[in-house]
Amino acid sequence: MSVSDNEQPTDPRQPPMSRVTSDVVATLKPLSRGEWWGVGALSAVVLWGAAMYVNQLRHGLSVTAMNDYFSWGVYIIDYIFLIGIGMAGTLMSAMLRLTGVKWRHPITRLAEAVTLVALLVAGPIVIVDMGRPDRFFHVLVYGRLQSPILWDVFSLMTYLAGSVLYLYLPMVPDMAILRDCEMAFPAWRRKLYKMMALGWRDTPRQKQRLHRCINIMAVVIIPVAVSLHTITAWIFGMTLRPGWHSSIIGPAFVVGAIYSGIAAVITVMALVRWRFKLEAYLTPDHFKKLSLLLLTMCLIYLYFTLNEYVGGAYASGGSESLYLSNMFQGPYTLQFWSMIMIGLLIPGLLIVMPWTRTIKGIVTASVLVNIGMWLMRYIIVVPTLSSPYMPLPLKVSLIYVPTLTEWSITAAAFSLMVLLFVLFAKLFPIISIWEIEADDAHAATPATTDSRQALGGSPCA
Amino acid sequence: MSANRREFLRNGVLALGAAATGAGAASLARAQGGASTGGKVTALTVEGKLVEVDAPEGQTPARALGPGDPELRKGIPGRKFIMVIDLAKCDGCGECINSCSKMHFIPPDRQWIKVLRMQDSENAAPYFFPQPCYHCDNPPCTKVCPVDATFKREDGIVLIDNERCVGCRFCMAACPYQARSFNWGHPNDPAEALAQPYSPEYGYPRKTGTVEKCDFCPDMARQGKLPACVTGCPMGAIYYGDQNEDAVTNSLGKTQPLSRLLRDRAGYRQMEELGTEPRVYYLPPVNRQYPAPDETAKEG
Repeated sequence: MSVSDNEQPTDPRQPPMSRVTSDVVATLKPLSRGEWWGVGALSAVVLWGAAMYVNQLRHGLSVTAMNDYFSWGVYIIDYIFLIGIGMAGTLMSAMLRLTGVKWRHPITRLAEAVTLVALLVAGPIVIVDMGRPDRFFHVLVYGRLQSPILWDVFSLMTYLAGSVLYLYLPMVPDMAILRDCEMAFPAWRRKLYKMMALGWRDTPRQKQRLHRCINIMAVVIIPVAVSLHTITAWIFGMTLRPGWHSSIIGPAFVVGAIYSGIAAVITVMALVRWRFKLEAYLTPDHFKKLSLLLLTMCLIYLYFTLNEYVGGAYASGGSESLYLSNMFQGPYTLQFWSMIMIGLLIPGLLIVMPWTRTIKGIVTASVLVNIGMWLMRYIIVVPTLSSPYMPLPLKVSLIYVPTLTEWSITAAAFSLMVLLFVLFAKLFPIISIWEIEADDAHAATPATTDSRQALGGSPCA
Repeated sequence: MSANRREFLRNGVLALGAAATGAGAASLARAQGGASTGGKVTALTVEGKLVEVDAPEGQTPARALGPGDPELRKGIPGRKFIMVIDLAKCDGCGECINSCSKMHFIPPDRQWIKVLRMQDSENAAPYFFPQPCYHCDNPPCTKVCPVDATFKREDGIVLIDNERCVGCRFCMAACPYQARSFNWGHPNDPAEALAQPYSPEYGYPRKTGTVEKCDFCPDMARQGKLPACVTGCPMGAIYYGDQNEDAVTNSLGKTQPLSRLLRDRAGYRQMEELGTEPRVYYLPPVNRQYPAPDETAKEG
């Protein structure tokens, strides 16, 4: 299953700065003045969120709109949303790699980086939701294997570690390229690249080992990614609550995560293409191919949603009926039908119709999917909590309107994610130099016997 | 605090004396260590046999246990606490809530025992429904706790160690009965509560960012007394006792054989289909001794 490549060892001592290398290394230039303004604005949002969090630490979770009925809220919604985004990158990259799809080369690293930054923000969001963040270590000291939360902690840590490794391994040859290239990096950066290159010399033996490691990681990371979303779904599915206690919730979380994750990757691809002028690498063809993947996930998710709600609507009683009517025609009507429209139907149509299946149309669809899938997580968490089995005591009304603190911390989390991504993209090549160079080499020698090339075709030719 | 309780009980509700001196209280008194003989304690097994077991360190203490005490998580030896609520007797006065809240210094925004207005279907009469924590034998809450902060004891009681709770609120999501409350902000306990050492057996002084709920008053049981809601009920609608002894007692001092009460009065548990196995039984509201909730509202 190894990726075929040019077996002629190039001498790293005198690097002939290839077209790819120079294009990609150009993305590592310092930020422009305009970009600094953007980073400044995002940092301001992060600082504001941090200040709100300090305030929450001081006063407790009473600064949120959560109460004994809405015991979970926006923070948990953010968490599911973020790990959902974190799903696609690595999973998509692993699946494309294992099936030998060639056009993946310019997008895998970008997708894996999205995974990494999403996970790095998702973890702390859970701590933000904790009533006693100072006791986080209790999870390690008193951890109980029976609790799905503990499985989720393990799964998240494993997935994070696996994703870092899976992102890093294919970066090793690129680190060597940066180590040896003539761009005037500061000393600390060159030292970092040298360290991360692990003495890479581009020998056939090293290549063979690297491919084997990458392929092992690609196989290993898939079940871990699936487990993270299934277990997060089980946190809901293993409770006796209408809307949560359902057998489809695990698969629905996995598909929903891939769906929103691909949308996030497409959105990030568009931004990277625009900011870093990588039009030659991130081609319309990439957007179209990914949009078909997005459409597939959209249809599967639509199918799951249909199963979940139509089945429930025909045969249900008591709290389950209340739960469904709350969404179809009750207090959550707006959120529910917006989710169906923004998250599923409109993006689906935008991709189905050939005249809107352009980069603009696809990116619009992806942004809508991201908004819609956040709403979907809202629909997963909130309506169930407002449909308790027991009747309400007098004077209790079930309305959850998130507070400024919750929105601020949410905005800060998303801003932090973008900042971390910018940091990554400015420190490391956001598209894989060596893999595309190998593609170029293949294109230059059409006598290739690699049959797999027919599968994907090369977008960079 | 116990002085306060005694005073409260003396002033409070009818016929407490009967409960304190009656057969029911006598049956509860063993928890005080009264039946302890040397290093042994007499205990009744589930099969109904009397056995001698090693007494815990010293004797079963009459005081509530702190979070570090190993006996805390075991519970009172040989006991299986249980509650029966007679819906035919509940008139929805809310005295159970008041005495519980007073004893546990519960802030006004929450209740450990609620009195709900139930109506099973449109044409069926509504009725009042006191609802404490059910201390389920198959508790969905303790299963999901990541740190074992909420736990099920051998005496049937489900408690929370607020010094361990991390505030993830998974147990609140898992409880289908909405029995749990959270300290969203900083608690505002009175000085009287703050003066006590913390014990999960009475749940105060409260801790910010942790979960709390009805504790079935094991601290009272250790003193041979009935829970606050039981003694507070002027109708004698709430019975409490030991399943191993097959006896439950209400505020009127009436001790009844548990099994016969449940059999004769068609006792049931709320939402049996969930499989949580509650330790609180209800007697259906037949031949009610009070006006239905709506009639009360009309009168009021």
